[in-house]
Amino acid sequence: MEGSTPLSVDDPSRQEVDDVVVRFAGDSGDGVQITGGQFTLTTALAGNDLSTFPDFPAEIRAPAGTTFGVSAFQIHFGSREIRTAGDAPDVLVALNPAALKVNIQDLDKGGLIIADKGAFTDRNLKKAGFDVNPLENDSLGDYRVIDIDITKSTLDAVKELGLSQKEAVRCKNMWTLGLVYWLYGRDRQPTIDFLNDKFKNRPEISGSNIAALNAGHAFGETMEVSGETSAYKVSAAEIAPGLYRTVTGIDALSWGLVTAAQKAGLRMTFAGYPITPASAILHTLSKLKQFDVVTFQAEDEIAAVCAAVGGSYAGTLGVTASSGPGVALKTEAIGLAISVELPLVIINVQRAGPSTGLPTKTEQSDLYQAVYGRNADSPLPVVAARSPADCFDAVIEATRIATKYMTPVMLLADGYMANASEPWLIPDVNDIGEMKVAFHTDPRDFHPFTRNDETLARVWAIPGTPGTEHRIGGIEKSYSTGNISYEPENHQKMTDVRKKKIDDIAEDIPEQKVELGKDSGDLAVLGWGSTYGPINRAVQRVRADGLKVSHIHLRHIWPLPKNLVALLNNFNKVLIPEMNTGQLITVIRSEYLIPAQGLNKVSGQPFKVSEVDAAIRGHLE
Amino acid sequence: MNVQTPPEKLKAKDYATDQEVRWCPGCGDYAIVRAMQNTMEQLQAPPEKTVFISGIGCAARFPYYMATYGFHTIHGRAASIATGTKLANPELDIWVISGDGDALSIGGNHLMHVLRRNVDLQYILFNNEIYGLTKGQYSPTSKVGTRSPSTPLGSVDNPLSATEYALGCGARFVARGIDTQQKHLPDVFKRAHAHRGASFVEVFQNCIVYNNGVYDHFTDKSVAADQQIVCENGQPLTFGAGGDKGLRLVSGKMELEIVTVGENGVTEEDVLVHDETNKMMAHLLAAMRSPAFPTAIGVLYCDPAPTYEAAVHEQLASEKEKKPNTDLNTLLRQGSTWTVD
Repeated sequence: MEGSTPLSVDDPSRQEVDDVVVRFAGDSGDGVQITGGQFTLTTALAGNDLSTFPDFPAEIRAPAGTTFGVSAFQIHFGSREIRTAGDAPDVLVALNPAALKVNIQDLDKGGLIIADKGAFTDRNLKKAGFDVNPLENDSLGDYRVIDIDITKSTLDAVKELGLSQKEAVRCKNMWTLGLVYWLYGRDRQPTIDFLNDKFKNRPEISGSNIAALNAGHAFGETMEVSGETSAYKVSAAEIAPGLYRTVTGIDALSWGLVTAAQKAGLRMTFAGYPITPASAILHTLSKLKQFDVVTFQAEDEIAAVCAAVGGSYAGTLGVTASSGPGVALKTEAIGLAISVELPLVIINVQRAGPSTGLPTKTEQSDLYQAVYGRNADSPLPVVAARSPADCFDAVIEATRIATKYMTPVMLLADGYMANASEPWLIPDVNDIGEMKVAFHTDPRDFHPFTRNDETLARVWAIPGTPGTEHRIGGIEKSYSTGNISYEPENHQKMTDVRKKKIDDIAEDIPEQKVELGKDSGDLAVLGWGSTYGPINRAVQRVRADGLKVSHIHLRHIWPLPKNLVALLNNFNKVLIPEMNTGQLITVIRSEYLIPAQGLNKVSGQPFKVSEVDAAIRGHLE
Repeated sequence: MNVQTPPEKLKAKDYATDQEVRWCPGCGDYAIVRAMQNTMEQLQAPPEKTVFISGIGCAARFPYYMATYGFHTIHGRAASIATGTKLANPELDIWVISGDGDALSIGGNHLMHVLRRNVDLQYILFNNEIYGLTKGQYSPTSKVGTRSPSTPLGSVDNPLSATEYALGCGARFVARGIDTQQKHLPDVFKRAHAHRGASFVEVFQNCIVYNNGVYDHFTDKSVAADQQIVCENGQPLTFGAGGDKGLRLVSGKMELEIVTVGENGVTEEDVLVHDETNKMMAHLLAAMRSPAFPTAIGVLYCDPAPTYEAAVHEQLASEKEKKPNTDLNTLLRQGSTWTVD
C-alpha cells in the first residue's frame, strides 16, 4: 500500500488509502473467481482505477482442500493510476488452510488475513500440510488476522431459505465478499442485481447468496462499532472521462478481430483447437456468428491453421489462435502462407514452457518462435499486445498489416493479459480507420504474383472470380509469371522480395514513442508485452526520485520501428525486462549491436514493480 | 469489358493448362488427369468455381495441370485447407487430390475428419502403394514384404485398405476406379461430383518407376474380366468373361462366396443385388481381395446425409436472423458499463 498511512486497528473511522491489493484465495470450488469478478465490477463503479490477476489451478477439479486446488484472484485498485495487479497483497482472504499455505509468503508483514476458521478442520489442515492449526499458534504473529467461522456464519444467514447443506455452504464466498465490501465501503447493489439476474429461475439461490452478502457486511459493521477493526476508503481515481467497461484480453482479442474484419470488409474464418489459455477466443467468437464469423474447431492445431489458410485463399480473413506448443505445430502451414502470400492472423497466447510447461502460468518466451521459428528464409511481421485492453488495438493492427501486405502476422499475447481484466475506455468504432480490402478481378495480364509497386503485396484474386483462374503452391514461383520456377536467379529474387516486403513495413508503422520520460537519458527500459505495467510503474517511481530513466514499449517486434535504434542510442544504457531468459535482447543486440542488459524472470508470475525498480537502480549505481 | 469470352461449350482441352507435365513417362497420373479433364467437359464445370487442392506427392502436382483454381499445399493437409475454403465459400466446387502417403500416412487424421464431417467435396486418392516423389519408399498401403529403399529386406507392417478406412471414418460416398479405364473413371468422378457431401474415390494408379504392375493381378487385360467386379446400384453383382459369375452371401455367415449361375443349382436370383445404401454390403465388397475374389470397382457406397458446411452456414444464418444488430459500438457496450465524468 504505497503512499498510504499504515493500517491502524485503533481508529474506528474510515482511513483514506491511495491503493490497495486484495487477494481472494480458496478452493477451486469456493467461487473465488466470481467473487473477484464482482469485487472488480463494484470497484470500477466506485471510480477506482484497477488491474486484476486471476490465478487458476491447472487441474479442472483438483481434490478439495489441496494446495494444488487453490484458486486465487488478485485485484489492485486505487485513487491513482493503476498499472499492475500489485506486487504483494495488503489483504489476503483465505477460505481454507491450503489457500493460506500457498499465499501467505506473498503477504507483507502487517498485512491483513481474513480466514474462514470453519474450514480449518483437522482434515483440511492435514491436506494443506499443516501439523498444527496456524490460527491457533503464533505463526501468524507478523500479520493481523480476522478469523471468523465464515462457514457457520453463512449457514446461519441462509438457514431460512431451505437450501441443502452443500448449496448453503457455497454461499460463503458472498458472505466473504460482503465483509470485504464493508472493509472498503463498497456498494452491494451491483452484486445483488447480478445475483438476481444470474439465478433468476432459482430465487432461493439468489436469496441465499444475497442474505450471505448482507450478513458478511453486517458482521463488518459490528466489528467497526466494537472497534475491532477499522475500515478504509479509497477515493475515486482521476480517470479520463467517458464510458468504461472491464475487459479481459480474450474479450479484447475477440472483439478486435470482429472489428478488424468489419473494417476490412471481410468475413472471418476462425479455426482453432482447444489449448490453454487460447481456447476462450474460440468460445467467444463462436457466440458472434452474426458478425459473419465462421468458427471451426479443427481436429488438431495443424488442421486449424490450414483451415484458416484455406479461408484466406477463398477471400475471408483467416485467423487461428493457440499457445506456443500449438503454434509450433502450425509452423509448416505458416510457411505455406508466407510462400503463397496469403493474409493470416496467428494469435499466440503465450504460456510457460517448454513443451507442456505450466499451461495456466504466464511467460513471454515465444518471441524467438515468432520472429525466427520457421524453416528457411520466411519472415513475417510480429505484433505484441501489452495489456488486456490493448489486445483490441493490437489485433486490429495485425489484421491491417496481414491484409495490406498479403502476409501472415503473428500477434503475441500471453496468459496473464488473456485472463486479467482492466477498465477500458470503450472506443467509438467510427474513429478506427477503414482498411477495406479490394480483391483483384481484372483478368488482363493477370498472374497471381503481380505485385503492388509500393507495398510489394501480391494481388488477392479469389476462387469464384471468372478469368483469374490460377494455381498457387508452396513450390517456388516465377517472379514474372507466377508459374513454378526452379531457376536459381528467380529464387534469389523471390526470397529477396519476400524479405523486402516485410522489412519495408517499418515505413508503415508508427515511429517508436517514449511511454514515460524523456527521449534521452541514463537508462532506457525497453519492454514488450505484458511487462508494460510493472515497467511503467517502476519507471514512474525512479523518475520521482530524479533518475533519468525512460520507458519505451514495443508494439512492433518485427519489423522494428525504424527510429528505434537512434532512440536507444540516446541513452547510456538499455535494460530489457522479459519473462523469458532473454529473447528480445537477442534481437536488439543482433539488429543494432547495442549492449543492452536483461532482467529476466520465468517463474510463471508477472514481474513485481519492486523487481524492476531494483534492477533499474542497480544499473545506475 | 469482355477480355475472355468462354466458348459456348468447354472441351476437355479447355481444362488443361499450358504447363509442362512433370510426371514420369507412362505414369498412371496422365490417365487420371485426362479422365478428369473429360469429366470436366461432361459436367461443363465452370472453371472459376472449380478448385483443385492437393497436398504433397506426385499426385499433388495435379492442380497445376487443370485450368481452374488450384492450390498445391503441404504434405497431408489438403483436406484441412479444403475444409477452410469450403467453409469460407460453399459455392466452390472442390476436388482434393491426394496419394496413399499423403492421405493415409501424414494426412490420415485429416482424411478421417473431412469424411466424418461430410464436407461437400470430392476426395480423390491416387493409390500406387508406394512413395514416388521421395523415390520409392514403401507406403501405408504397400503389401507386406515390399522391398524399398527403406525396407530392403521387405516391409513387415500390415497395409491399410483405403476404401475400408473411408467407410470406417463414416464417409457417405465411397467408390473405386482404375487409372486406365477412361470410360469408367469419369463415370465414377461424375457420381462423386453428384453426391452432396464428402465423396471418397480410391483410384488404383500404377507407378511405372517404383511399383510397376502392382495391380496387374486384377487390371491386366488377361485377367480383368475375372478379377474385377463393377458395382452398379440395383444390378446383380456379376462378373467374369461370360458374365455368369456372381457374388452370394454364404448362408449363416457374414461372408461372400463366388458362384457360377447355372452350376450347382445356382440361379440369377441367388446372386446378390448391389444396394449402394447398404453399408454392410459396402464393407464386404471393399474387403474383397484379388485373386481370391474380384476387386470391386464403381460406387460401393452412397447414402447421402446433411453436409457440414451447410449446417455451419444454417447456424450462421439463423444467428444473423436472431441477432440482426451488427453494430460494433453496440457489441462493445454490452454488459456492465459505467461513465466517468
